[in-house]
Order: sequence, then structure tokens, then C-alpha cells
Amino acid sequence: MSNSMNRRNFNKLVAASATVAGIAPFGIVRAQSRKLKVGVLLPRSGFQALIGQSCQKGADLAPEVLKGLLGVDVELMNADTETNVDVARNRAERLIQEGANVLVGAFDSGQSAAIAQVAEQRGIPHIVNIAAAPQITEQGYKYVFRNFPIAPELLRNGLVLTGEVFKATNTSPKTAVFMHVNDTFGQAMARGVGAILPKMDSLHFKILDTIAYDPAAKDLTVEVSKAKAANADFLLLVCRLNDAIVLRREMVKQRWNPMGIISPGSPGLYEEQYTKSLGKYAEYAICNTVWYNPRSEMTKIVGAAFRKHNPKEELAFHGANVGYTFDAIMIAADAYARAKSADPTVLAEAIRQTNIPVARRMSLGGPIKFNAKGQVEGNLSAAIQNQGGLPRVTLPAEFSEAKIVFPSPDYKA
Amino acid sequence: MPIDLIVNVVIAGVLTGLVYGLMALGLSVIFGVVRVVNFAHGEMMTIAMYAAVMLFAMLKLDPFLAIVPVAAAFFVLGYLLQRALINPFITRPEHSQFMLLVAVAIVLVNGMLMIFGPDARNVQTDYQLDSFAIGPILIDAARLYAAATALVTTALLFLFFRYTLTGKAIRACADNYLGAKVVGLNIRHLYGLTFGLGAICVAVAGCAMSILLEVTPQLGPVYTLLAFVIVIVGGLGSMGGALLGGVLIGVSEALAGLFIAPSAKSMVSFGLLILVLLFRPQGLLGRKS
Repeated sequence: MSNSMNRRNFNKLVAASATVAGIAPFGIVRAQSRKLKVGVLLPRSGFQALIGQSCQKGADLAPEVLKGLLGVDVELMNADTETNVDVARNRAERLIQEGANVLVGAFDSGQSAAIAQVAEQRGIPHIVNIAAAPQITEQGYKYVFRNFPIAPELLRNGLVLTGEVFKATNTSPKTAVFMHVNDTFGQAMARGVGAILPKMDSLHFKILDTIAYDPAAKDLTVEVSKAKAANADFLLLVCRLNDAIVLRREMVKQRWNPMGIISPGSPGLYEEQYTKSLGKYAEYAICNTVWYNPRSEMTKIVGAAFRKHNPKEELAFHGANVGYTFDAIMIAADAYARAKSADPTVLAEAIRQTNIPVARRMSLGGPIKFNAKGQVEGNLSAAIQNQGGLPRVTLPAEFSEAKIVFPSPDYKA
Repeated sequence: MPIDLIVNVVIAGVLTGLVYGLMALGLSVIFGVVRVVNFAHGEMMTIAMYAAVMLFAMLKLDPFLAIVPVAAAFFVLGYLLQRALINPFITRPEHSQFMLLVAVAIVLVNGMLMIFGPDARNVQTDYQLDSFAIGPILIDAARLYAAATALVTTALLFLFFRYTLTGKAIRACADNYLGAKVVGLNIRHLYGLTFGLGAICVAVAGCAMSILLEVTPQLGPVYTLLAFVIVIVGGLGSMGGALLGGVLIGVSEALAGLFIAPSAKSMVSFGLLILVLLFRPQGLLGRKS
């Protein structure tokens, strides 16, 4: 080889290399224009693993559905955040290095905030699927978008629905004990309860005690003992999944039967694992939260794809997670279809111009339009109650699948 | 604050503390004799929890009955682990032992992740959510059974060390290594037996804990740390100290959660640890070296 490398051959080699080098970038551009690479960041392990995996189901069916609907090829680049903020940040960096055009995720506010920082620094659009901490879209970021209500909005919707629950059941609890997880989301919700509840004329209950707890706690004996001792009419709860199971078990052990458990907007109570782990003790828990629109055309399409991908699963247990995650990827695909480019700046601008009508979104709410901060306003909540082993929409009446039950049947005044 | 609330919380703390104490007892026994600190202790307990969960899922075997096969298997595994892996490190510097057992812990956690995945698993027995009422006092049935198991296991271990020839030989090894060698005791075998006995404590604690907690692979490091705190407070190498340390940590965490804030639980137990290290470094029931 070295013997044949004379000046003429060397020149040929340089020329060939230059040609390849010159063509290569165009090759990359062509590849980018054919497929939208979506980096999906979710906590698929760690203590949020079950919810992360539930969200992942919405991502997994998106390429097939969106190809049919928008004609866009979506390639998913999945990354597990391990329910850890630092891992989320590192995985986001890596996805961008590996060529992701847009990031979607990450269910949790802390992890989403970390990803948003990376996305903004690197100039890659990030569409938050589920995360309620307001600060994510309050930083003046240009590449961060969110189709999910911020904590105060989520909470306001949840508290309004709490009033609707009382109205629909002709009850008027006077006191509540408020328990909440002490992570980023829980703290934001707790601040919101303190700020919003006193201003709501439709609600007349007083919070007797507020108890914060670790969402990774394995034992909530003391917390439940304190809550029970408050002797409140009902439990207002902002929880995650695993802690909700531990907490409900402890309530049963301590024979605490308040009028009911009402969450003003958090995961946990409506999840499949909650029902599987608790059986009959999961019944009648109410969660006023973001949900999927059972009447939307998109729900029918996604629902069919969901049953095909997950023949043994019930959409009702994954609806909110699937709906918001699917919608986030759809927003990216819709922008890409309009922009016809995966250039991050062009894509971000196209996302900003999004206008998806109600019938074409799966999650419950108005049209998907981003405000100047990159936030969608007008997302709605529904009162979801576990009945017959399934979470069912009980309010608002126009979406209801079952009649609300409050107080819980085992409640003794 | 109502007195029945305080009593309820203290009882729950004592019962939880006894189970913690049983778990830490294994660590204490191993260190007391073999002079090796088992940094894979919590991970071993997590494996015992998985064993109980699997036996329940496959054979519907109650975790308290599963103690027998799981403890037997753990004794054999503990014995073999000591003879094959740990024994060569007995005379090596402490940092070598530390690295070895930390490596074992990491292998165990990742092995569990590969086999069982990240999802939480549990057992669901009929009595799991029961409680006994004595007036206004409520006692968690599962926690009571677990605490009783801890007491019985500790008592059996105590009797073994006190009244059997093998137990006395193990104590002789712990008290005077050279003397034990001089009189012809098979030290390697006795160290293996000791590690096996420590593993039995871990197995019993794991089976009992499987009733109280959902098990995930990541549970191990948390309980390794907790076991350290308990044995340092109670006295490393002291059987009674492990139980006392467990109860103290259980009760202090419970009361801290009640009177200060639930998030202050760990702060109080680590505060207790610092106080013990400052004023009684050998632990409450430990002997001065």
C-alpha cells in the first residue's frame, strides 16, 4: 500500500475524500428530512417506573399512528431517566449528540426542568408531555413547549371539580387534612393550594393539617397517624403512585375511614398498579386530573392502536399518560409536517405556530395553541373515580361514564 | 397532642425497630466474629425479599413459612460466599474488604434489575392489612408478627451461641483468634458458619419485611446504610446492641416524624449516630476494643 502511494494516487485520494466530505453533509440533511428523530425521555426505572412505562406506551404507538395521519416518519430514540434529575440531564445531552431533532418528556417536573435547560442551551426543541411546575415555561426559554396545565391551573381545575363533586352528591364537608409529596411537583401543588383555596368561594372546607412526605417513603405510619388524628372529614391528597399505595394500606391498617380521598390533580390513584395492589381498597378514590377525552376522534384512533400494541391492557389505566405523551409527539410531527425541515430553529418556530383542533387531540382540553411562553392554556381536568376496578370519568357531566359516589360506602359519620 | 396518637406511633416504632434490629443483627454477628463489614448486607436482604415474593407467587407460601427454605438456602449461600470469596480477604487491608463487598453489592443490585426488572413486587396475604385494637391503640398485625419473628430469631441465635459447642467455638474465635487456633479449632469452617448464621438473620428479616414493604432492586443500599447506623448505635458485634439500636432508631424516627416533621426522620437517626460516635464510640452495648 505504501509503495503505491505516489503523488498522483495521493491527489486522487484527497480528491475522493473531499468529494465524500462535501456530499456527506447533504446526506445528513436528506436523512433529516426523511425522518423526524424524537428523543423520548421517561422515568422507566426507579420509583416512577410504572408511570414512565405507561407514558412510553403512548410514545410507542405514535410512529405508526402519525405515519397514517400526517404522513410523517417518526423515529423514536428512547432514553430512561431512571427517575433521576442528573440522569435525565445526561440522557438529554446524549440524545442531542446522537441526532435527536426534538426532545419529548419527562413526566416529572424536576427531570423536565433539567431537560429543558439542556434543550435551551443546545437549541433543540423540547416538548414537555407531563410536568406541572410553572417555572419550566417561566424562564423565557425559546425552545421549550408544554401541552400540560401548570400546577396552579391544574389545581384550580381540580379544586373547582372538588366543589362540583360536593354539589353533585349534596354533601358539604367542613374540614380536610392535606397530604402531599415533597418533590418539585408536590411542593408546587402545596403552594398552589395555599394560594388558591382561600380565594375559592365555592369551597367551604378548612384544612386542619398539612403533612408533606417523601414520595419514595416505604413506611407512612407516622404520617397517616398524624392525618387521622386531625379528625378531618376528608383527605385531600397530592401523591405519586407507590406512596399512594403505601398510604392507602396504612389508612386501612389504622382503620381511618374519612368521607373519601380526593386528589386535586396528581397521578397515583387512577393507575392500574394502584388497583392491582389494593383491590377493593382502591375503590371510590377520586382524582380530579387531566385525562383523555373519551369522545375525541383521536382517542378512537389511538385507542385502536393501543389495543393492538397492548392487547391485555386497559386504555383507561394509561389514558392520561398515553394521551399527553402521544399528543406531545404529535405536536412535533405536526410542526415537522408543516415546516418540512428538522432544523431546530425552524422546527421550534413551527411548534410555536401549532393550532391543533379539539377533535385531533387525545387529551382533554381546547385547541392546542402555544402562548408566548410556550405554554398551552385551556387544558381541562375530569373527576375520575375508581369504580368496579376501573377509573371512570364521573364529572364534567358531558364526558361522564359513571355516577360519582361520595362519601365512600364504608364511611361512617 | 392526643396521648393515644403518641402511644400508637411509639408502638409502631418499636415493632419496626425490632425488624430493623434483626436485619442489623446479621451484620453485627458477622463483624463480631469474622471482623469483616458486610457492605452487601441490604442487597442480601433484598434477595431474601424477592425469594419470599417468588415463593408466594408460585406456591402461595406465606412469607413467614417461607422463612424455613429461604433461611436454609441463605445459610448455604452465606457459608459458600465466605469460604470462596471473603476468606481470602480476611487478612487483607480493610479497604480491600470494603471494595470486595461493595463490588458484590453492585453485582447483586444489577443482577436483580436484570432478573426482576425495576417494578415493585409484593405479597398479598389475608392478614396484611389487619390490625389489633386495644381501646384506642391499634397494633399493625403484620408488623407485630414480624417483630415477634425478630425476637424469636434473636433468642434462638443467643441460645445457639450460649449453649452449643459450635456456638461456644465461634465465640472463642471472636474472643481470641490465636488461642482458638492453638487449641485446634477449624477457624475457616467456623467463619463460614458465622457468615451463614448472619445470612440466616438477613433471610428471616427479608421474609418478614416482604410483608411490610414492596421490594425493588434499589431497596438494598438504603437498608445497608440503615443496618450500619443501627449496629454503630447499638455496638458493632453486640447481639443485644443490634436489637436495641434497631428499636432506638425505629422509635426516634417515628417520634421525629410526629413532633418535628416526617421529612426529619433520617435527620434524627443520623443525629443519634453522631452523638453515639462522639460520646460512646463503641456503641451503647459494645465493648471497648
